[in-house]
Amino acid sequence: MQLINGITLLLIYQLAGEVSVRLLGLPVPGPVMGMVMLFITLMIRGQMAKAVEPACTALLGHLSLLFVPAGVGLIVHFNRLGNEWLPISVTLLLSTIITMAVTALVMQWVTRLTARREPNHD
Amino acid sequence: MIEPDLNRIWVYLSASPLLGLTMTLVAYSLAHRLYIRSDSNPLLNPVVTSVTALILFLLATDTSYDDYFDGAQFVHFLLGPATVALAIPLYQQFNKLKQVWLPVTVALVTGVVVGAFSSVAVARLLGASLETQLSLAPKSVTAPVGMAISEQIGGLPSLTAALVVVTGIIGAVIGSKLFDLIGIRDDSVKGIAMGMTSHGIGTARAFQVSAQMGAFSGLAMALSAFLYSVFLPWLLSITGVLG
Repeated sequence: MQLINGITLLLIYQLAGEVSVRLLGLPVPGPVMGMVMLFITLMIRGQMAKAVEPACTALLGHLSLLFVPAGVGLIVHFNRLGNEWLPISVTLLLSTIITMAVTALVMQWVTRLTARREPNHD
Repeated sequence: MIEPDLNRIWVYLSASPLLGLTMTLVAYSLAHRLYIRSDSNPLLNPVVTSVTALILFLLATDTSYDDYFDGAQFVHFLLGPATVALAIPLYQQFNKLKQVWLPVTVALVTGVVVGAFSSVAVARLLGASLETQLSLAPKSVTAPVGMAISEQIGGLPSLTAALVVVTGIIGAVIGSKLFDLIGIRDDSVKGIAMGMTSHGIGTARAFQVSAQMGAFSGLAMALSAFLYSVFLPWLLSITGVLG
């Protein structure tokens, strides 16, 4: 029952997210808004985490599976992929390497910068 | 006598959502078993193997993607609640996040800008069509959010969904080697970079390395989904990529 309750809550938050995004004309996808709303609820009422946790763990534990139907969608784009395979594959590879390296290096750099300053504050 | 019967069964199965749904789950669970057997070899990532197997199956049986998706949509639909579920790692890691909020914020904002512009720039330089460039821009965002952004900026949501998956796989496969190469040792830094770049597929991989890397990866995936959806359309329009 806990799993059902958890999934029900997640769906309610997703629905609330979709509705509020449309009502307010926000530039954010509904599920993201639902995530923000659930996060705020958890900050106010921490005990609710127990109710949603099993459902969240189940969903996030098998996250890879949820991408499979979209991945199979490559089949629809075989034509475009045939014509543009070079720019697409080089872009995916290069941009992923650049983004991952830059994000990691920037975080490491700012972490060291702030860590070095901290002793002076104390 | 047997052949017409088989034919009738096939006609029934191919018109019902049952086959697409079952095939997806069977392909994934077999792919997952293969992945575990191979000692988690990143090249045998279960998404790669199951997607390849399913595409070959559809081609071999001459089944259309629409017919397959009639069943597979029940799995695909769960991406929405899974996105909402990201609030949990965010909440559980909030205390750790408070200590590192500044480096995380700077890294993620930089990541969003670099991620979007490097993909549009490289694709444009190599002569990709505008539609392809725009479909590539949200490639690092988790599928449901990436598709929504793609639609908003004029890309093809279904192409974005597939590119998102490939991006996730690339990140999951190269991540550990890349971090070694550029001298990143801290699991929280690795996790942020992994989730920022490779969303759910990278996060699934990060959880195998350590709980801390997984939690930070989930966190980066949730926050970057939010940042991307707020900033990407605006960034593209002020820099003239859109119109």
